[in-house]
Amino acid sequence: MENFEQLFVEIFGGEWGSMLFSLTTNLLFIFAIVVPLLLGVAYLTFAERKIIAYMQVRVGPNRVTFFGIPWLRGWGQPIADAVKAIMKEIIIPTGANKFLFILAPVLTIMPALAAWAVIPFSPELVLADINAGLLYILAMTSMGIYGIIIAGWASNSKYAFLGAMRSAAQVVSYELAMGFALVCVLMMSQSLNLGDIVNGQQGNSMLNWYLIPLFPMFLVYLISGVAETNRAPFDVAEGESEIVAGFHVDYSGMAFTVFFLAEYSNMILVATLTSIMFLGGWLPPLDLAPFNLIPGFIWLLLKIAFVLFFFLWFRATFPRYRYDQIMRLGWKIFIPITLVWIVLLGLIMQLPESMRNSFPLNIWF
Amino acid sequence: MIFQDFLFYFFSAILIVSALGVITVRNPVNSALLLVLAFVTCAGLWLLLEAEFLAIALVLVYVGAVMVLFLFVVMMLDINLDRLREGFWKWFPLGAIISVIMIAEMSAVFMGKHFGLEEMPNPSPQGADYSNTKELGRLLYTEYVYAFELAAVLLLVAMISAIALTLRHREDKKSPNPSKQVKVKKEDRLRIVTMPSEKKE
Repeated sequence: MENFEQLFVEIFGGEWGSMLFSLTTNLLFIFAIVVPLLLGVAYLTFAERKIIAYMQVRVGPNRVTFFGIPWLRGWGQPIADAVKAIMKEIIIPTGANKFLFILAPVLTIMPALAAWAVIPFSPELVLADINAGLLYILAMTSMGIYGIIIAGWASNSKYAFLGAMRSAAQVVSYELAMGFALVCVLMMSQSLNLGDIVNGQQGNSMLNWYLIPLFPMFLVYLISGVAETNRAPFDVAEGESEIVAGFHVDYSGMAFTVFFLAEYSNMILVATLTSIMFLGGWLPPLDLAPFNLIPGFIWLLLKIAFVLFFFLWFRATFPRYRYDQIMRLGWKIFIPITLVWIVLLGLIMQLPESMRNSFPLNIWF
Repeated sequence: MIFQDFLFYFFSAILIVSALGVITVRNPVNSALLLVLAFVTCAGLWLLLEAEFLAIALVLVYVGAVMVLFLFVVMMLDINLDRLREGFWKWFPLGAIISVIMIAEMSAVFMGKHFGLEEMPNPSPQGADYSNTKELGRLLYTEYVYAFELAAVLLLVAMISAIALTLRHREDKKSPNPSKQVKVKKEDRLRIVTMPSEKKE
């Protein structure tokens, strides 16, 4: 690394050389995050179709082979879908606000990718190790709603507008419960830095993970995450049977695909955050020989895949919520639960030292 | 330092242009979106001042929640621009007085020399591990706890009164009661009648 920095300094001169060097390394790092993420999104769509198909006793996509290898039938499907989407025409409706219509998908994917900057993949591997990491994540995910609202309004269509309104109200309500669940996490870890949050769950086994002391918060966060990403059973923003396809009814081709990419990368983001904050991030479930030899990055990937499986399972299992039931769940059930848990945690943290050091509280506090 | 200056002028230029846009653009939705842009660039300026908690809180609260609801309302309203412009000259003097007061207040900031600003020490730059959030939390919940609680109670009162003002009880409302729905047993709804099987004619 230092040799390369020397090289840059020699070519471009002192100050500019080191500045260009940090620019290049950061760009390469961003590239190394975004490319696997988008590949992951492509194959998540494939996994979704396959898993739901098997749950419903079907086979799922099995026509497009991957380089003609017979036992990888269906594995070429995401690539074929992407090529098809790129070839299609982007139709802009006559009454639409052209600038905002094009801007909306960009505004949706931007926060979905930007939030990945602070995610730690292993103890050293993180793009921006900032103190306020958790706050940054909350701020970024709360900006994703603009793409949906603007898309709904700019399309100049009643269906799209209804979808946008539903989605806006839903996301704002669930953000509160999500935020309160995260307040519990940061009370446990006493830090907003995601790396420190994982390190706070270090111990001999998975008993130390925040999953156990914060189990209700884990459920609240996971369900709010499903609602936040507008996934089934909370997909009233799309509601095919009522409002055709909601906010993206007038989008076609690549513009539609960008919404699609954003939805799935948000899903992966929520799964990653759940595994970092409740399932111990890169930590192995048991600090014993066969488990702790596997690199932390693999553990994180396994946990993300585990949580993502739940997302797909929900979609295959539950019918869509009615709108008033969604609001009731968010405001009247989740927010009171999280508030009670915050008070409870605060009381435990104020207990005398000797009581906190006795079993079972000494595992977590 | 040169790069920070560049960032400052970059953000400031966007901030001024978007703030001007908020009051000059005709379409209220575009105007609200420009206000969002102004908030985001303002957060960028605060980050340059090392106030990262305030910057992120601005994005989180104003951009992520307040403006979403604001846009929500603006999009639903059917605003007639001609009617909005009717009383322009009638209200112009009041607006002019308010803006003169605001300009005077803001120019007082530039006259800090006359108020003894130089006697205050310059804020010293903090290390990378300094947590702005922790310091703010400590101050808010220890030194300024009464002011903080007063503000919280004020907001609670405002919220409850807003709900009380708009809450209407309708007699003909038909809404399901989920706790009753959950408690329903099979016996309450279903009656199985045994009857002899009938012969085919």
